[in-house]
Amino acid sequence: MENLLTIMIFLPLIAGLILMVFLRGDDAAAQNNAKWLALIATLATFLTSIFLYAGFDPANTGFQFVEDRDWLLGFSYKMGVDGISVLFVLLTTFLMPLVIASCWEVKHRVKEYMIALLFLETLMLGVFCALDLVLFYLFFEAGLIPMFLIIGIWGGANRIYASFKFFLYTLLGSVLMLVAIIAMYVDSGTTDIPTLFLHEFNATPLRVLGINVLGGVQTLMWFAFFASFAVKMPMWPFHTWLPDAHVQAPTAGSVVLAAILLKMGGYGFLRFSLPMFPVASELLGPFVLWMSVIAIIYTSLVALVQTDMKKLIAYSSVAHMGFVTMGIFTANQQGIDGAIFQMISHGFISGALFLCVGVIYDRMHTREISAYGGLVNRMPGYALVFMLFTMANVGLPGTSGFVGEFLTIIGVFKVNTWIAFFATSGVVLSAAYALWLYRRVVMGDLIKESLRTITDMNLRERVIFTPLVVMTILLGVYPALILDVIGPSVGLLVENYEESISVYSHSILSFSKH
Amino acid sequence: MNGSSYNIFTASNYFGWSETHGVLGVLQILLPEIVLAVFSMIVLLGAVYSSKNKATSIVFWSTASIFLLVSIYIGFRGEAVYTAFGGAFIDDLFSRFLKVLILLSAAIILILSQDFLKRNNLFKFEYPILMTLSVVGMMMMVSAGDLMSLYMGLELQSLSLYVLASFSRDSVRSTEAGLKYFVLGALSSGMLLYGSSLIYGYSGSTVFSEIFITAAADGKPLGFVFGLVFITIGMAFKVSAVPFHMWTPDVYEGAPTPVTAFLATAPKVAAMGLFARVVHDAFGGAFSDWSQILILLSVLSMLFGSIAAIGQKDIKRLMAYSSISHMGFALMGLASGGLEGVQSMLIYMAIYVMMNIGTFAFIISMEVDGKPVSEIDNLRMYSKTNPGRAMALLVLMFSLAGIPPLLGFFGKFYVLKAAITSELYLLATAGVVASVIGAFYYLRIIYYIYFGETPRALDQTYSIFNQTVLVISALAMVLGVVNLFGLEFLSEIAASALVN
Repeated sequence: MENLLTIMIFLPLIAGLILMVFLRGDDAAAQNNAKWLALIATLATFLTSIFLYAGFDPANTGFQFVEDRDWLLGFSYKMGVDGISVLFVLLTTFLMPLVIASCWEVKHRVKEYMIALLFLETLMLGVFCALDLVLFYLFFEAGLIPMFLIIGIWGGANRIYASFKFFLYTLLGSVLMLVAIIAMYVDSGTTDIPTLFLHEFNATPLRVLGINVLGGVQTLMWFAFFASFAVKMPMWPFHTWLPDAHVQAPTAGSVVLAAILLKMGGYGFLRFSLPMFPVASELLGPFVLWMSVIAIIYTSLVALVQTDMKKLIAYSSVAHMGFVTMGIFTANQQGIDGAIFQMISHGFISGALFLCVGVIYDRMHTREISAYGGLVNRMPGYALVFMLFTMANVGLPGTSGFVGEFLTIIGVFKVNTWIAFFATSGVVLSAAYALWLYRRVVMGDLIKESLRTITDMNLRERVIFTPLVVMTILLGVYPALILDVIGPSVGLLVENYEESISVYSHSILSFSKH
Repeated sequence: MNGSSYNIFTASNYFGWSETHGVLGVLQILLPEIVLAVFSMIVLLGAVYSSKNKATSIVFWSTASIFLLVSIYIGFRGEAVYTAFGGAFIDDLFSRFLKVLILLSAAIILILSQDFLKRNNLFKFEYPILMTLSVVGMMMMVSAGDLMSLYMGLELQSLSLYVLASFSRDSVRSTEAGLKYFVLGALSSGMLLYGSSLIYGYSGSTVFSEIFITAAADGKPLGFVFGLVFITIGMAFKVSAVPFHMWTPDVYEGAPTPVTAFLATAPKVAAMGLFARVVHDAFGGAFSDWSQILILLSVLSMLFGSIAAIGQKDIKRLMAYSSISHMGFALMGLASGGLEGVQSMLIYMAIYVMMNIGTFAFIISMEVDGKPVSEIDNLRMYSKTNPGRAMALLVLMFSLAGIPPLLGFFGKFYVLKAAITSELYLLATAGVVASVIGAFYYLRIIYYIYFGETPRALDQTYSIFNQTVLVISALAMVLGVVNLFGLEFLSEIAASALVN
C-alpha cells in the first residue's frame, strides 16, 4: 500500500509505453488491441483508486498515502492526497474509462490516440497528487503536450488554430507561475507543499515600477499563480481559448478538457493561492468575486446566442466555473465546499453533455443546433439522458448541479449580498440557454429529412452514460458522499486562512497605531 | 550578486604543478591539446601521401575515436588545478567540464557527418583535420588565462570554422557563408583585440589575475571599462548574441548541414565558457559593469531570437534563430553572476548541446530524391511516413521549447532560478515570455509533422548512426528528468572551480 499513489499514477503511462513499443501496424486488429488495452489500463487505474478511497480517512486533515523520495536540487518526488485532492483523483480515474469507451468508433490513428489519452491521465493524476511545487508544475504543464496533440491531430476543421491558441495561451499563464514558484523556492528554501503552508510570505507593502503594491510579495506571487489558474479555469476574460478548443477537439478531448483539465485551475487556487498567499487572497478576493459574477452573467448571455452545441456547452462551462471561483474566494466553509462540489459535479455533467453531443455528432457529423430538431421521435432513450443532464446543468434540485450552486451562493451571501444576487440571476440565465438548447434539438416534430434514419443510442453508449447518470442523481440526493470527505480538510484550510488574516490585520493595526 | 570572484591563481600555485616543473610539466598539462594538434599534423601528412578515398574513412573514425579517448582522459584527470606559461593556460575542473562537452559533441557530429558528406561528394580528409584544429582552438579558449592565449585559441577555432563553413566550395551559398563568416568574424576579432589593447594599457598586464586586481579596484579608469565593453562585444559575436548575431542565420543556412550542426554545438560551448572565464577571472571585480551588458544581450537575444524565428521557412535558419534565443538564456545565467549563475549556464549549455545534436542528426538526414533539403515544408505529415523518427523529433522540439518534463525545461529552470536568486525578476519574466513566443515556432514544426494533410515523402535513407543519435538524444530528453544524468553535481564542481 505504500506505493499505491505511484502505482495508480503511472499505470496508464506504462500501458501507453507498452502500446508505443510493442503494438505494430494500424489494421483493425491492432486498433482493437489498442482500445482494449487502454480500457483495461484505465479500469485498473480506477480499481486502484478505489483502494485509495477505501483507505482514505476523511477525519485526518493531513496528507495521506504520502511518498517521499529525493530528487534534483533538493526537490523531492513527494506524492500524497488530502480531502481536497482525493476526489479529483477519483473523478479522473472514474471518467477515463468512459472517455476511452466513448472513442471506440474512432478509426484515425487509434494507437496514438490511446497513447495520448493514457499519458494525459498520468499527468492529470500527477497534478492532483504532487506535494512538491516543481513536481506539480511538471505535471501541470506537461499535460499541455498530449492535449495539444489530441486537438491538433484528431480535431475538427479549424483544429490548428485551436490547438495553437490552447497551447500558447495556457503556456503563457504557466510560465508566469513558474517564475513565482522559483521565487517562492528562493524565498523559503523549499518546494515542499506542506512546509510551504507553514511559511509566511512577506506581505508588507512594496513599490514595484512606481506602483504601491498592497500585500507586497504575496500579491505579486498571487497574481503569477492567478495568471496560470485563471487561464486554466478559465475565468472571464481569459476564457477565449476554451470555446475554440472545445469546438475543435474530438469528443474525448472535450470531455477530458471540461471534466478534468479545467478543475486543475480550481484545485490550484485551493492548494496554493488560498493557503500560501492568504493576505493577497483576502485583498484581491472581492476582485475575483466580481470577475466571477461577470463571468456567470456574461458567458451565460453569450451561450444563449450560440449556434454550435459544443460552443454553447463550452460557454456554460465558463459560467459554471464562475461559481467555482466565486465559492473559493469567499474563503468560508460553505463557499469552498460548494466550489469543490461544483467542480466534481460539473465533471460528471459537462462530461456527459459533451458525450451527448458526441452521440449525435457521430451520426450526423454536424454540431449545428439548426441541423437538429425533434430527436425525441427517433431517439427516446437519448432524449431522456440528455434531459437529465440538461436539468443537472441548470441546477435542478435532486441533481448534483444544484448542491454546488446552492452552497456557493450561500457562501457568497455571507460575504456580499449583491454578488449573491447577481450570481443567482445567472442560474436563471443558465436555465434559459440550456432548456432552449434542449427544445431546439430534441423537442418538436422531426421535420429534417436527414434525421429520418437516425438511430437511438446503442449498447456501448448506454453503458457509458449509466455511471454518469447514477453519479449525478446520487450526488444530488446524497451530497454527504462528497461533503463528508472534503469537510475536515476544507475546515482546516479555512481555519488557517482566518488565522493568517487576523495576524495580518493585527499587524496592520499595530502599524497604524505607532 | 557580487563581484567576489576569488582569484584561483593564488590557489593554484599552492597545489598546482605550476611552471616550476619545466618543459615536461608543461607538456603534461597540455597533453590533450598537444596530442590533438600532433595528430592532425600527422594525418595531414599521411593523407597527402596516400590514396585518398581509402584513407578518408579511416581518418574520420580515428579522429572521432581520438576525440573520445582524449575526452575520457580529461574526464579522469582529477580535481587539481594546473597552470602553465605563467598563468596563460589553466587546466581546472571548469575547463575540463567544457572540454569533455566539446570533444564529445565534436566526435558525435563527426560520425554523423560521414553519411552526408559521402553522398554530396564532400567526403574529404581535410574535414576531420579542420575539425580537430578548431577543437584544439576551443580547448585553448576554455583554458585561456591570458588575453594572448584567449586570442590564439579564438583565432585557431575561428579560422578552421571559416574554412569548414565554405567546405562545399562549388556551392555559391556555402562559399558565401564562409566569406560572410570570415568578414564578420574578423571584425569581431578586431574589436576583441582593440579591447585587449585598452585593457593591457590600463592594467599593465594581459594575464587575467593581474587584470583582476585593476578591475576590482575602486575608481577604474574609463578606458578600462571601454576595453571591457569591446572584449564583451567581441565575445558576443562568437556566441551570436543580439545585436551581434547577423552572421548566424546566413552562415547556418549556407554551410553544409553537418558543419551547421558543428557550429551550433561545440563552438557555442567554447565561446560561452570563454565568456564565463573572462568575466569572472579577469573582470570578476567589475561585476556591475559587465552584468549590465550581459543582461541587455540576454534580453535582446531571447526576444529577438524567438520573434525572428517565427517567419522562417528553412529549418537551418530556424535553428540559427533558435540558437540565438538559447544563447540568450545561457547569458541570463551568466549575467546572474556567482556560483549559481555559472553553474546554471553550464547545465544549460550541456542540455542545449544534447538537444541540438539530436535535432541536427535529423536535419542532416533530410533529403528528397538524394538531394539535401532544409525547407520545413518537406516535413509535412512525416509522422505518416516514419512514425518513430517523427516521435523523436516531437520530443526534441518540445524539449527545445522548454516544456516539462523534458530536459530542456530543466535548463531553463536553472537559469531562471539563478536570475531570481540575483533578484533579476524582470530579466526572468522577459525570459519566460520569450520562451512562450519561441514555443510557437517549435510547435509549427510539430504542426507540419503531425497535423498536415498530404504527406510529402522525405527519403528514407539515413545511416544507422544517425538513427541511433536521434533516438538516444530523444530518450535522453525524457529520461533526464530522473536525475539530469548527474549534470547538477558535475556542473557545480566545475563552476566552483571558476567562482568561489
